[in-house]
Amino acid sequence: MRRDVNTGVYFALGDAACAEGALAAGCRFFAGYPITPATEVAEHMARRLPEVGGVYLQMEDEIASMAAVIGASYSGVKSMTSTSGPGFSLMQENIGLAVMTETPCVIVNIMRGGPSTGQPTKTGQQDVMQAKWGSHGDYEIIAFAPSSVQEMFDLTIEAFNFSEEFRCPVFIMADEIVGHLRERLNIPKPEDIHLIERKKPSQLPESYAPFRPDEDLIPPMACFGEGYRFYATGLTHDETGHPQTDSAEEQTKLVQRLCDKIRRNRDRIVRVERAMLDDAKACVIAYGSVARSALAAVNRARRQGLKVGLLRLITLWPFAEKEVEEVADDVDRIIVAEMNCGQIVREVERRADHRKVTFLSRLGEDPHTPEEILAHIRRIAG
Amino acid sequence: MTQETHPLEEFTRKGMIPHIWCNGCGDGIILSEFLRALRELNYDMNNIVIVSGIGCIGRISGYINADAFHTTHGRPIAFAVGVKATRPDLKVVVISGDGDLFSIGGNHFIHAARRNIDMTVICSNNFNYGMTGGQSGPTSPLEAYTTTTPYGNIEHPFNLVHLAAGSGAVYVARWTTIHVRLLRESMKKALKKHGFTFIEVLSPCPEQYGRRNKMPKPMDSMVWFREKSVIRNRIDPLKAEITPNEIVVGEFVDTEKPEFTDLLQQQIRMIEMKLEKEGKLTNVPL
Repeated sequence: MRRDVNTGVYFALGDAACAEGALAAGCRFFAGYPITPATEVAEHMARRLPEVGGVYLQMEDEIASMAAVIGASYSGVKSMTSTSGPGFSLMQENIGLAVMTETPCVIVNIMRGGPSTGQPTKTGQQDVMQAKWGSHGDYEIIAFAPSSVQEMFDLTIEAFNFSEEFRCPVFIMADEIVGHLRERLNIPKPEDIHLIERKKPSQLPESYAPFRPDEDLIPPMACFGEGYRFYATGLTHDETGHPQTDSAEEQTKLVQRLCDKIRRNRDRIVRVERAMLDDAKACVIAYGSVARSALAAVNRARRQGLKVGLLRLITLWPFAEKEVEEVADDVDRIIVAEMNCGQIVREVERRADHRKVTFLSRLGEDPHTPEEILAHIRRIAG
Repeated sequence: MTQETHPLEEFTRKGMIPHIWCNGCGDGIILSEFLRALRELNYDMNNIVIVSGIGCIGRISGYINADAFHTTHGRPIAFAVGVKATRPDLKVVVISGDGDLFSIGGNHFIHAARRNIDMTVICSNNFNYGMTGGQSGPTSPLEAYTTTTPYGNIEHPFNLVHLAAGSGAVYVARWTTIHVRLLRESMKKALKKHGFTFIEVLSPCPEQYGRRNKMPKPMDSMVWFREKSVIRNRIDPLKAEITPNEIVVGEFVDTEKPEFTDLLQQQIRMIEMKLEKEGKLTNVPL
């Protein structure tokens, strides 16, 4: 009996599906701090992790949670945390440490309304730029935006795979509606789940340099207690891990590589879903729970004879630049709908003629209704 | 016969020495006594993890030939909790400064001590933030002059041994860099104990703290330590004070209580055994 993969069909909560996805991906360490609306991920992990021999820790705050996740990952264990806006803000400095020390880890942000304490029980998509730019310095990360309970499971596995492969933090940026949604979840058989594990060093400890990359720009990762006696630091460092606090050359080499190891693989990482775009004259771009309303709106518009399609962003970062450009070339109008005051729309405007782009904002309790998006489509493309 | 290599060479990381510390700094004494303690205990250096924070002493993890991690400011204990919880077989040691452990990182210290997670925390207390140029901190004495208390410090300092004892540490000691042998014995005792152990080491900072507080020469603080230290083992940590006229040093706590990772592993084993007996997962509502 496999305790980590709960194969079967369930009527499941999004937050619980995320936790089950993590267990199926091999996650064996969770450190977190209670916060609405992400607490169910932690509660589920607290019940389930000991069943698979894993460790759940409730830390004193989110700063400690993120630090403990990095410590556990460097001890050779797939690790994660979950939080929401205020906790995500507290984690940012150590997210930078995870970037700098190339630590595989997964951070789940079930987004609520901000700024500050905002609306803890209500939904939002206000942290998507923070996911990209929240910690200081230059870096690239990977972020997913699930829009169903099934994707909460599937994309959490993908998040662990990418974090292990690219040695970087990977984010699940789900809005509260997806986190608290209950719908069908199909957990596949273990043999149907593809897992990626971090690259281990093949050289002897004497010749191992902890940050010397292979051709793919990713260094093999030794962990504590394996005899490598390596040193890792958040300071700028050379391939041996030794601090290089004065050298412009080492700063450029390291920071550029941290960005390039993701940028070079953007075609493999970026994921979108296209619907009814072949003959479309207008396109709605949305993600998360808003994409569900957008799809309903596009379906209704089609029934009314309007040539509209949907581009759903499944990954937020790296941004789907090419995919947006392709659509922008083919359509006359682009509608970006998101639950914030304008974040992903900026990325879209960077890639499309900004005069084609209109923005449909929504803040507060509910996401955009299909009627609202449809009315907007009719106004600009009707 | 002359010796060509330093007697502690095998314990230091190749290519990292000379260290960054100023002349007269006490951090080198802490490093060498720690390495001597490890040598005397005959530890397998492949099974020890050294974690440090930010500041002058934060660089210590890089100088030790073991698995080592230099974390963000204030977070070495939180990082170390993640290591110990997943690899309870490894010896975990945190070495950091008073500002790192008790100002920005104070929350992590009290909670790790409360949990009684097995790790040794060694604090180099130099009464100020040395690396950033001598600002006041949570251990700066009342009336001390620093770059951010130019008219004298009006804040009361922490009594670190009292704080550690109150938070639940099972071993608590304070020494100065003049007490090298007692410090080393204390380090060995702390490393051998199973639980959260804490050693405060008063350490001179002539460049930043000393020169603003009538102890400008490297020897001045050492003389202060020698002349004013009194050993009072087992006294109430509340009474173990540091004043210009008296520095109370010694071992203040040495006790036993259940350790966190033992309880954690016991609980996991119990749950796994129950599952094996029942042959199915507990009914987890999804």
